[in-house]
Amino acid sequence: MAGFLLRRLGQSIALLIIVSMIGFGILHLTPGGPLSQYALTPGMTQETMDRIAEQMGLNRPLPIQYLDWAWRLLQGDWGVSYRDQQPVLSVIGRHMFATFLLMASSTVIAIAVGTWIGIKGATHRYSLFDYTATVGAMVALSIPTFWFGLVGIYIFSLELGWLPAGNMYTIGDGSVLDYLHHLILPSLVLALVNIAIWSRYMRTATLDVINQDFVKTARAKGVSERRILMKHVVGNALLPMITLAGMQLPNLLSGALITETVFTWPGMGRLFLDSLGYNDYPVVMGLLMFSAILVLLGNLIADLVAAAIDPRIRLA
Amino acid sequence: MTAALIQQNSHHWWNSRGMKRFARHRLAMMGVFMLLLLTSACIFGPYLLRYDSLYIDLPARFSAPFTGDHYLGTDPLGRDIAARLLMAGRISLLVGFFAMVLSTAIGTVIGVVAGYYGGTVNSLLMRFVDAFLAFPSIFLLLALAAFINPSPVMITIIIAVTSWMEIARIVEAEVKSLRERDFVLAGRMLGLSNVHIMFRELLPNLIGPIIVAATLTVARAILLEAYISFLGYGIQPPLPSWGNMLNGAQQYLATAPWLAIVPGIAITMAVTSFNFIGDGLRDALDARTDPA
Repeated sequence: MAGFLLRRLGQSIALLIIVSMIGFGILHLTPGGPLSQYALTPGMTQETMDRIAEQMGLNRPLPIQYLDWAWRLLQGDWGVSYRDQQPVLSVIGRHMFATFLLMASSTVIAIAVGTWIGIKGATHRYSLFDYTATVGAMVALSIPTFWFGLVGIYIFSLELGWLPAGNMYTIGDGSVLDYLHHLILPSLVLALVNIAIWSRYMRTATLDVINQDFVKTARAKGVSERRILMKHVVGNALLPMITLAGMQLPNLLSGALITETVFTWPGMGRLFLDSLGYNDYPVVMGLLMFSAILVLLGNLIADLVAAAIDPRIRLA
Repeated sequence: MTAALIQQNSHHWWNSRGMKRFARHRLAMMGVFMLLLLTSACIFGPYLLRYDSLYIDLPARFSAPFTGDHYLGTDPLGRDIAARLLMAGRISLLVGFFAMVLSTAIGTVIGVVAGYYGGTVNSLLMRFVDAFLAFPSIFLLLALAAFINPSPVMITIIIAVTSWMEIARIVEAEVKSLRERDFVLAGRMLGLSNVHIMFRELLPNLIGPIIVAATLTVARAILLEAYISFLGYGIQPPLPSWGNMLNGAQQYLATAPWLAIVPGIAITMAVTSFNFIGDGLRDALDARTDPA
């Protein structure tokens, strides 16, 4: 396990370095580069700009600039937001909870529903249910998330009036029930794509397990179908799902951004879009790097958990 | 000699086993049909409609679909939604198609080179693929889109830049499995250059998986364009795209829901078609799932 841990950790660090290089490259694509924040200041002259460039070390060779930038990143100095002069990391920190809440609740829904559909599809292969689920998953993967959100708001908020059309809580209320009430629609919208993905993988994984010898043995011993399914099949089929959950993290974050925009949900995606609107590049870059690091971390944790459960993975 | 084999197979490609399997795939055929319908509507439709996509019919603002002269209603400026939908379809489908061509080219070159050379080249290139995959695609796309001039060509390029990784992975895995085959060794013995072996000998064997991945990439590219245009950073008005027709539709959701519903159906139809076709091609071209 120690060897696997070190190897996997080394991989993550190597990836982090490449990710930071890509981020640095994009940072230099910004109009005017890191200097752009001063370009709009009234009375700015070229000489002053040149002086600031020198002070900021922007006339140094790119590799040196990169190392400097990466070093500050490591120390937690992610720059200051143009909009409200707050450190980028604390701005991101304030929006993290809302995004995590949304992602967690939609993942719970997606796993529960997706697992059920996948197992039912695999145990009733080529039935009407299986066929509908297969086609339904493909259509679900083709629906733009924001459009599904808009249709959801139209039906459940505007026509039926059952659910709020946006925001995380009602001002002046903010009880747990109120949060949950606001959470239902956005997390269902975000869950749709993931239900499709989870159900497809779960179906395949269940089919893989269901024909293996130990399941036949259990059946031959007279273990009930229900017990076989719950204990042997689901247990074994869920294992690859841990890795899958890690792999789906970037898509989940992308989906969260879209969902937050439609539902004015005060999370990191909403912050990203607002910052783009204000040309607040430090926050945009910060969120880009933060999301990539989050994904690397998520993948690392998923792999370690999978390896802790299944010795075959860490020995491979 | 591989080339000869390929030629023999592709001599009657429309008559081949793969094509027959594809034609029997009901969903794929439905996809082909929907796609033909959509593309021909987008190509010829605008000439047949009474209104131009830019004509502003102020008295008819916010007409509901199926009520008057405007078949699918009008938008807040009184422009004909049917005309705009078809013109937008031209843009969205073209952006999706060319983004696929470009990302397939990038992914294929990187995948072939990484798979063929192996070793350090492989681990370097594939770590690069992994690093790109670590960025949530919408975050990366929006950051890039905000920094560039959002012309349709640039939007196509940035969509391609953020979606070549899957194809690179697929191609790399295939090349790795073919690298030690006899025909590659024979090519080396004949003194063929590495470039010749990679792109003239190996590549023809990868056409199947690449076509499948490319079809699914069109679906993805259309969705990505819709996402960033919806958020206001993609195709810019007055040029219509399916995504930017939905931009601003949310504020009229209570009074004019068709503004949001109509373009969404078009996007879903187009993306579903490509996903169905891709699924059918995978079943048809992958010998392992051959039931016959």
